[in-house]
Amino acid sequence: MSGFAAIIQRELRLSLRGGGDILTLVLFFVIVGAIVPFAVGPDRTLLATIAPGIIWISAFLAMLLGLDRLFRPDHEDGSLILLRQADLPLSAVVAAKLIAHWLVSAVPLIVASPVLAVLLAMELDTFWRTLLSLLLGTPALAAFGAIGAAVTVAIRRGGLIAPILIAPLSVPVLIFGVGSITSPQSSAALLFLAALSLMAVALAPFAAALAISSAED
Amino acid sequence: MSIDSAPKQSWWNRIANPGQFVAWTTPLLWPLTILTAVLFALGLWFAFFNSPTETPNVGSTLRIMYVHVPNAWLSQFVYGVMAVSALGTLVWRHPMADVSMKAAAPLGALFTALALFTGALWGRPTWGTFWEWDGRMTSTLVLLFIYLGIIALWRAFDDQLRAARVIAVFTLVGAINIPIIKFSVDWWSTLHQPASVFRPDGPRMPGSILMPLFLMFFAFTFLFLVLHLKAMHTEVKRRRVMTLQRKAAQAVRA
Repeated sequence: MSGFAAIIQRELRLSLRGGGDILTLVLFFVIVGAIVPFAVGPDRTLLATIAPGIIWISAFLAMLLGLDRLFRPDHEDGSLILLRQADLPLSAVVAAKLIAHWLVSAVPLIVASPVLAVLLAMELDTFWRTLLSLLLGTPALAAFGAIGAAVTVAIRRGGLIAPILIAPLSVPVLIFGVGSITSPQSSAALLFLAALSLMAVALAPFAAALAISSAED
Repeated sequence: MSIDSAPKQSWWNRIANPGQFVAWTTPLLWPLTILTAVLFALGLWFAFFNSPTETPNVGSTLRIMYVHVPNAWLSQFVYGVMAVSALGTLVWRHPMADVSMKAAAPLGALFTALALFTGALWGRPTWGTFWEWDGRMTSTLVLLFIYLGIIALWRAFDDQLRAARVIAVFTLVGAINIPIIKFSVDWWSTLHQPASVFRPDGPRMPGSILMPLFLMFFAFTFLFLVLHLKAMHTEVKRRRVMTLQRKAAQAVRA
């Protein structure tokens, strides 16, 4: 087995056996979405109108939660230093971690999104489009998240600063993510969303690896 | 970062020594300050006493433009300065690039905040609102958030040398992303159908408007250069104090 696959496997094992982290993220995602009707009132037409935005916001916040586990434990116990000395370039290590992070923090949310769709009175047609936009857009969120986590890995209170750095970068993802569901030019927005994800995923491993090696030297 | 003491050194390498940099640029400070003051005096005089008060659509509020446009330009120019400094940090490991990057961030945040503030003051009488989710304003607001995030990062790191390289990476990621944010926000706000037609289309302004605008544009740009240079000197001194403190602490322990 290649080192790349081994790292993905390691990350997945750590998440799956780490004591219900994935379930906690899903719970957080559903609770954030379910809290909105209490704040804006239970009007079904209003809820259906803002449902795509609510689901995207909930996904964005839930994915921020899992970021602290991306590099920090490995930084603290010294694994990152060993990973930097491996044959595999650090950017490839980051790419493997990014894939694993997406699998454990985005896919479960997408699986759980029908619950929110029901609670927010979504139409079936809108729901399918939401599902597609989450599939295409969450890789970009994970990529920007990885950059934020890498930049703050050496800071003790990094978990506090990372969301502030990631939110402005994620603005286009939210715009095209919700736009691909609600806007009249939804197919164009969907293409832009896919382009953003491809670009962010291609760029993030190198930027994050550079930030990590700068922070540790 | 030791500087090899070869006899033939380029000025570029020589200003890598912070002491040399301060020594060389200190004589520039007063002339630049005086030039800035003169430009402001001229620009303000033209703006207050020699510029039209009855313009179509916006009336005398047009004169807010003389402080609004320079700040809006600087909000982007300062990010450019930071991005170029970030390259200097990552590619050449130039110590003064680190200092330039750190000194520019609060200035950029301030000019961006002023651009938003003067825009709100101008928007109220002309469009009837302080804020509209229009493309330009929204992307400027996001730019302010990026500046504030970078300042927060600088404050979070203890080791400023390490901080510089990490923040340089983030600054460049931001530099790639800002055009994308700008274009996505433009696209987004067209969906929101802005309520009014923005910016009276006047590419052919009369000279009486161009003159103060031109002067204020340079006045603010030179103001940034003066403040940036002064902030860099302060940062060099701050680092020297930190080093001396560390040496003193080691001497006590020995």
